[in-house]
Amino acid sequence: MTRRLSGIPASLQRGFTRGFHRAAAAGLLAAALAIPGTAALVAAPAMAQETPVRGGVLNSIVQPEPPTLMLGLNQQGPTQTVAGKIYQGLLTYDRKLTPMPSLAESWTVSPDGLTYTFKLYQNVKWHDGKPFSAADVVFSTSKFLMEVHPRARAVFSRCESIKALDDHTVEFKLKEPFPAFIQAFEVSSAPIVPAHIYEGSDYRANPANTTPIGTGPFKLKEWVKGSHIQLVRNEDYYKKDLPYLDGITFRVIPDAASRSLALESGQVQQTQYSDLEPFEVPRMKTLPNVTLTTEGYEFVAPMAWLEINHRVKPLDDKRFRKAIAYAIDRKFIRDKIWFGLGRVPTGPVNSVVKFYDPKVTTYEPSPDKAKALLDEMGLKPDAKGVRATVKLMPMPYGETWTRLGEYLKQALGKVGVAVVLESTDAAGWAQRVANWDYEITTNFLYQYGDPALGVARTYISSNIRKGVLFTNTMGYSNPKVDELFDQASRENDPAKRQEQYSEVQRILSDDLPVVWLLEMEFPTFLDKRVKNANTTAIGVNDTYESVWLAK
Amino acid sequence: MIKSDFWRAFVRNKGAVLGLVILVAIVVLAVFASVFFPGDPWEMATAPFQPPLSEDALLGSDMLGRDIASGIAHGARVSLLIGLTSTAAALAIGVTLGALAGFHGGKVDDAIMRFTELFQTIPNFVLAVVLVAIFTPSLTTIVAAIAIVSWPPLARLARAEFLSLRTREFVQAAITTGQSNSTIILRQILPNSLSPIIVSASLMVATAILLESSLSFLGLGDPNAMSWGYMIGAARTVIRQAWWMSVFPGLAIVLTVLALNLVGEGLNDALNPKLARSRG
Repeated sequence: MTRRLSGIPASLQRGFTRGFHRAAAAGLLAAALAIPGTAALVAAPAMAQETPVRGGVLNSIVQPEPPTLMLGLNQQGPTQTVAGKIYQGLLTYDRKLTPMPSLAESWTVSPDGLTYTFKLYQNVKWHDGKPFSAADVVFSTSKFLMEVHPRARAVFSRCESIKALDDHTVEFKLKEPFPAFIQAFEVSSAPIVPAHIYEGSDYRANPANTTPIGTGPFKLKEWVKGSHIQLVRNEDYYKKDLPYLDGITFRVIPDAASRSLALESGQVQQTQYSDLEPFEVPRMKTLPNVTLTTEGYEFVAPMAWLEINHRVKPLDDKRFRKAIAYAIDRKFIRDKIWFGLGRVPTGPVNSVVKFYDPKVTTYEPSPDKAKALLDEMGLKPDAKGVRATVKLMPMPYGETWTRLGEYLKQALGKVGVAVVLESTDAAGWAQRVANWDYEITTNFLYQYGDPALGVARTYISSNIRKGVLFTNTMGYSNPKVDELFDQASRENDPAKRQEQYSEVQRILSDDLPVVWLLEMEFPTFLDKRVKNANTTAIGVNDTYESVWLAK
Repeated sequence: MIKSDFWRAFVRNKGAVLGLVILVAIVVLAVFASVFFPGDPWEMATAPFQPPLSEDALLGSDMLGRDIASGIAHGARVSLLIGLTSTAAALAIGVTLGALAGFHGGKVDDAIMRFTELFQTIPNFVLAVVLVAIFTPSLTTIVAAIAIVSWPPLARLARAEFLSLRTREFVQAAITTGQSNSTIILRQILPNSLSPIIVSASLMVATAILLESSLSFLGLGDPNAMSWGYMIGAARTVIRQAWWMSVFPGLAIVLTVLALNLVGEGLNDALNPKLARSRG
């Protein structure tokens, strides 16, 4: 159907569509655009027919309500989705994580991989009317983010100098090559903040934090705590005629059932991340007015795993960890607990992240292999069939994670590993994991597009830091792994980098420092009238400058 | 003689008999849970989301394929266990404090009653939630939390009984004959004040079961013990797709609590015959 449509001349199609039910036509087109192979073919006629129109307000959900919208100070998920419309980074990324312009119009990387030069857009203004210039970028990356943004600090501390060559050119000089650098300019990784407001002030206490001033296509108009955040069109946006929307309103809806209802009733036209629980997805998918996509999370690329404390016996033995891996049916987890959302992982790197290599040791469910490994370790079943007892503290992030904990208890029980479940609240969980006070827990981390940015931190021994969450909390240490991650992060030749990352993936999947459970996918539901939304690897966190609403 | 009087009064209340029958059935279910449903109630025995009357799941299965019927049988154990032990603990605290306050009067009474009021002014459920959250959920902490929030009414009841009985001749006589305080409390007054305490204790078992269910519903149950409240709490999110996952454990709670209340009322009739007769 879509292919036939793509062959019809644009003028004919327009006539055809007019006599057609509007929603059906929109659906067909959305389908046509979604098929990668035909997308290019269809693009021209589709654009001709689907001319973006100005106006309209997009309603979405923000959940939980963010503590602040100052993206430089807070990068929690909900903050990113809202503030990603207000602030901008230098770059954004397409679905394959290729850099695309955002505040930077173009950029060059020197052959030695040490100098990155960004040309910025002209005529960019801050929301308070002051002009934006290269000085803002230098201030943000060399001062502001260095102080308040740990992830950005790790990246920009690799710079020898950050200079404004002129008002619209910024040059980053690195101390040594770091090819992942180009992946680090996404809006939440390096939001550009106004120097004229923050320079010389106490960043965290600046009164302007409550009225964020960015360069993005939308400005904050009103934030009624507990009710909604209203963004309105930035009339001075530097790209002509953009944005199309008059505004975006994010509604605060704490109750999960009410969130599904809001989408069902059309009160909101978009939901993202964990707004809807996985168990709601099969039902919502059948609604006639919305489409479901799991794309747009390639940049965050979350990976869920069973985090194992190597300081506790017998968890320090890799045969025991392998036995755990064999005891678990990850397809069951994906299909029954996450209701089909996500992919079964092969190794430490999410398959949408760069340098992913599937040629690693994998663990198909096999209770017999698990038992054999435990036998080999000398862990024989006692009278009750118990070989070892471990404590599992499931991540307290809602229903789904609780179900996962219950499943793991049963699955491990079957091979003789008795599991005692411990329950905690979110704060207690974070504190205990950060301070290594756990045996096994479930966890998930974002991988940020490049192993150097989001994967290495979990496994390198220099990141064993007590008290800090999302570090190498397992206490895993392998000098070879440290060396490979270090070399690969500095390697300019992509082929060599791939070799190094492939090798480290092979070692890790054999050492099994954690047991990878799921490459998570989040569901994004969009009303069929919403066009052009969610087109990049940043997905719903992108600026939405070219999103428009069909009448 | 007394025994047959008691039974006659008890069976006169048809509701009480019905309650007793239900209660006995639930106790049998709890005691023989492992016989009726061998194996672990957490075991994913069948396919998830099986509706009731499926081949291997009479009352259906839950989202991980666990048998609802097995969960209800094993949950009965947990509910009754928690109901009984926490009531016993509440009785121990409440009656002891109430007896001391009522018997000694004066400053002791004042001190104990102010202490009791302190607990009475804090909303029961909120306090229970806080206690369980602080001490991490397990069967022991749940029993302790329920006991701690449930004893004040028992203390007041015991105190009232002791206050009135203390002035009776037989107690005065016991004092004159030089019996020790503990003997008087345990041997003379306590047996005579038991009937209202038994009645409220039977109702308290019902309250304790409800409290435990509410805690589990909120995810503050013992994560290793199957309980009715947990089953409902876990299933509420899929109630639109799978009603049976929450309805059957819900019915189990309703029936148990109802049965306990009916029995409690029957006990009241039987133990306070004057009241029962005047009510006709």
